[in-house]
Amino acid sequence: MSGSLLPLPILIPLLTAIVCLLNLRSRRFQRAAALLGAAALWAAGVVLLRTVWNHGIQVVQIGSWPAPYGITLVADVLAAVMVLLAGTVGLAVVYYSLFTVDAARESFGYYPLLHILLMGVCGAFLTGDLFNLYVWFEVMLIASFVLLAMGGERAQLEGAIKYVTLNLMSSSLFLTAIGILYSLAGTLNMADLAVKLSAVDNPGLVTTVAMLFLASFGIKAAVFPLFFWLPASYHVPPVAVSAIFAGLLTKVGVYAIIRAFTLIFRQDVEYTHSIILWVAGLTMVTGVLGAAAQNEFRRILSFHIVSQIGYMIMGLGLMSPLALAGSVFYIAHHIIVKTNLFLVSGLAYRLRGTGELAALGGWYQSRPLLSALFIVPAFSLAGIPPLSGFFAKLTLVKAGLELEQYAIVAAALIVSLLTLYSMTKIWAEVFWKPAPDAADIPATRGGPSAIHDGLLLIPVAALAIVTVAIGLGAGDVFQVALRASAQLLDPAEYVSAVLGGNQ
Amino acid sequence: MTILLAIVTGALYAAGLYMMLRRNIVRLVIGLVLLSHAANLLVFLGGGLTRDRPPFIPLGAAAPTAPIVDPLPQALVLTAIVISFAVLAFALVLVYRAYETVGSDDLDDMKATDT
Repeated sequence: MSGSLLPLPILIPLLTAIVCLLNLRSRRFQRAAALLGAAALWAAGVVLLRTVWNHGIQVVQIGSWPAPYGITLVADVLAAVMVLLAGTVGLAVVYYSLFTVDAARESFGYYPLLHILLMGVCGAFLTGDLFNLYVWFEVMLIASFVLLAMGGERAQLEGAIKYVTLNLMSSSLFLTAIGILYSLAGTLNMADLAVKLSAVDNPGLVTTVAMLFLASFGIKAAVFPLFFWLPASYHVPPVAVSAIFAGLLTKVGVYAIIRAFTLIFRQDVEYTHSIILWVAGLTMVTGVLGAAAQNEFRRILSFHIVSQIGYMIMGLGLMSPLALAGSVFYIAHHIIVKTNLFLVSGLAYRLRGTGELAALGGWYQSRPLLSALFIVPAFSLAGIPPLSGFFAKLTLVKAGLELEQYAIVAAALIVSLLTLYSMTKIWAEVFWKPAPDAADIPATRGGPSAIHDGLLLIPVAALAIVTVAIGLGAGDVFQVALRASAQLLDPAEYVSAVLGGNQ
Repeated sequence: MTILLAIVTGALYAAGLYMMLRRNIVRLVIGLVLLSHAANLLVFLGGGLTRDRPPFIPLGAAAPTAPIVDPLPQALVLTAIVISFAVLAFALVLVYRAYETVGSDDLDDMKATDT
């Protein structure tokens, strides 16, 4: 019976999407089904994490074909945590969409697409097979393409062209790497690869393939120098879509990098992981400098995604138990916080019809509660104690100091300071400065009602509470992160769980 | 034969990348098409070329007797072709809509969302 609930995080969004598509004409039904489906996905994530925590790695061989011949679904602690986070963000965003997405998009299948996106994301987290990972990536990508372009505004189409082109290129690279890896090892099951690659007598080619994977996943994760599609496209779709992209999509790339470089490519750690460390440092710095130059709410946040990806990769580059735990902690913190910040930016957009900082202002006076709710994720992003970001950064910095990698530690600390600068800029412009003269502001779009605004605060407040809770309960979260990193560093448990007696 | 196919694969990659570097959005899509073809061909080659050895198990035997062609890369390529078909169909529609909306097929006219 072990792991029979493992396919649930894939099946629930699929069923929700099907039910929604069958009732495409009834918007009311779609909204109810989408919310229910997201709640069910979140619940499945909770149960999955509890099961993995209590009973170890869960494995399902699809169609009962034994590994490595069939497709395997695997959930270790990292995968279970990611699924839970996807469920949390999905629930918050679906709820937020109920009040912000216009009727035209809803009638054109917005909710089914959102759930197919969630299915692709959860599938990518749970799969134990490289080609299957490619398929889940494509499921996720095609849903995100449509979500990004849906509505057909000029900015959306322009952003979508860049997003589509670079992501398709990444997919081609991924497929190329899969082809070469298969001809080297004769298998694509990740656990089987972990065993067989050590026996391949061509370590140079293996390292080359590893770099191909790094480039392919790096485009999806938006690391330096492959991130240019992200700030060009993440600010164009409706805010709810931006929020779920910002929270989840790049993190799937980060997850794939972490999985590939802890489980499969461990032949030449000295070489590959020092490249990863360099990439991490440069990603942090360029991202935060890009953000400093921006004056639009969502563009600033988009560049900060890039900068934060650097921290997640940094833990992998250091490759010690503490550092990987820091990465896992950081991913958990970042997904919640970044989604929340995008949701707040959506409220700004609703009020003024623009995200330009110059046109916003005076919120501290008119909306003290919302201001307080912005402060929580913003400070957390910058790493102010006792919020979640502080402990994530503390762990990474401590790990860096232990390994005497002072350069990356210095970069992390300086970037943290610059992050605070960006957040202060948003605070000063949007919340503190007096509201600009109403005459030169474009009229509010759609005339949001006060009731909706009150309801919209619920997901923002909920995510803020999660951020505070991660900070206050940092000890417990850290235990989870440590166990995830222990499993990553010692693949033996993963391999024996997947392959069983077939090793 | 393998060498010939390897050269063809390399040429496809080169042609695809070259087309993607052009400013015209139609060439961009053609570049993406060529690139996905190149990747598919490479996966196919990855299994090794074996002629006239279908992966059948003779009647009465439990395992194939002679060396056979590896069927897995072909199954993978089939999946990849279907996926790239769908994705490229989307890309074509996207490019057409962008052309209609922007009124130009030049990527340099589509920089409004860049930073």
